[in-house]
Amino acid sequence: MKQVGKEEGVRTTGIPSKEELEASPGYPNREALERGPIVVIECVQDIPCNPCEMACPKGAIRIGNPITQLPVFYAERCDGCGRCIPICPGQAIFRVDITYAEDKATVSFPYEFLPMPKKGDMVQGVNRAGKTVCEAEVLRVQKPKKFAHTAVITVTVPKGLSMEVRSIKRNHESPFST
Amino acid sequence: MEKTEIFVVGGGAAGMAAAIEAARAGAKVTVIDENERPGGQLFKQIHKFFGSGVHRAGTRGMQIGRDLLKEAREAGVKTRLNTVVYGIYPGKRLGLVCGDHTEELTSPIIILATGASENALAFPGWTLPGVMGAGATQTLININRVLPGRQALMVGAGNVGLIVTYQLLQAGGDVAAIVEALPYIGGYGVHASKVRRAGVSILTSHMVLRAEGNESVERAVIAQVDEKWQPVAGTEEVLEVDTICLAVGLSPLAELAWIAGCQFSYLPALGGWVPVHDENMESSLQGIYVAGDLAGIEEASTAMEEGRLAGLSAAEALGYLSHEVAETRKIEVQERLAALRIGSFGDGWAMAKKEFLRARCEK
Repeated sequence: MKQVGKEEGVRTTGIPSKEELEASPGYPNREALERGPIVVIECVQDIPCNPCEMACPKGAIRIGNPITQLPVFYAERCDGCGRCIPICPGQAIFRVDITYAEDKATVSFPYEFLPMPKKGDMVQGVNRAGKTVCEAEVLRVQKPKKFAHTAVITVTVPKGLSMEVRSIKRNHESPFST
Repeated sequence: MEKTEIFVVGGGAAGMAAAIEAARAGAKVTVIDENERPGGQLFKQIHKFFGSGVHRAGTRGMQIGRDLLKEAREAGVKTRLNTVVYGIYPGKRLGLVCGDHTEELTSPIIILATGASENALAFPGWTLPGVMGAGATQTLININRVLPGRQALMVGAGNVGLIVTYQLLQAGGDVAAIVEALPYIGGYGVHASKVRRAGVSILTSHMVLRAEGNESVERAVIAQVDEKWQPVAGTEEVLEVDTICLAVGLSPLAELAWIAGCQFSYLPALGGWVPVHDENMESSLQGIYVAGDLAGIEEASTAMEEGRLAGLSAAEALGYLSHEVAETRKIEVQERLAALRIGSFGDGWAMAKKEFLRARCEK
């Protein structure tokens, strides 16, 4: 199998490059994004893992055999329910809705740090390198029991940053007293 | 008291899985573990596991640990905790230390699932308090709930380094950087991406030169390295850290297998000296099986599958499973193992494991 990320890419920087993302079968194209909320799978290495495939009730994610194959995403079947987001052990699945408002998009991502932000909080949207790129408003925090302690947070971001923002700045707080 | 037919040494992922399979088949199994509770490293693994969704991928390691212990209880597996096995002697005699006394026990079959130990890395200042194994860090934060420091340097960008970095952040600590001597990140890209999003830099072709501080670590000096791993002059950087975590690989914890007289093979892809074993996980000594990290450093999912193989084979050897039933079950496990060992990350393991079988055939 082809070794991805030989030069500037996930294997050297920890960040999948634009080329790696666009070449991966889980990454939706612009046309699909324009139809409404949809997941974006940023999984570019052949690791043995497939829970996303089983999590999708619409059959929009296909890995098959062997389980090291990259997830193939059938964007037309995805309704953006996001059930695949918390189950991905790699936290590599996001939801993007560029149709949210005229100048704003929403980005949803898995989050496992304390303190957990609340709906309405103003937070800092960060890119794949952890750099703050915008102010973001928390629209929703989902953490039902079946997500098994991985919250899915949805924030609003400027439309142009919908494919850049992938998390928020971690607020410093230790759950332990040291 | 009922006579134990299988002693399993080590109650981690591999040992518990082995014990469960053998006990379910009807064998009388006792797991011996030096810790006060079984589960090995599983309870430290607070992250969701990779693997096949039909086999618990997406479930946190600690939950898998709780389920294994429950299954073991239901299967009638006995456990002896706080008990150290110090040796194995001819006639499959196990020497035990339990509290203030020693004991000697024997069983027709022994399954060794002793796991691994962390590799150390020596550099000036490495004996200062604050320099520790990444696994030790993980025990502190995830088991004892103590943050070892405020600001850490992680040495090694394999999966352990990446995962423990993430968990340090979850515990409320900070990680100044991850340094990796290789020119690339050895662990899964998705683990690396998680810590990058959380603001941690990963410096490839970098190593720690020394730790500085009076009573404990106050600073780490790092530098870029060339392709021969030699520091490049003028690239030194000082990081204000109070903790240096070493995630520079694991080695099979093989002393008992050596004492027992098992044949060994040196396989770097599996962590060094590994007891030679066949597809049933039986070592070169009849009735002594090995499983998990002892049988080659991989990860928890493969360790559990190897444990199942050892447990099924042991039950078959004792006559609790017919050859046909055992074969069918073992093939299922082998298929799952094979699926975990493909792709660019698993190929090395698969090839190294095949090396054993080739060596045995030539014998």
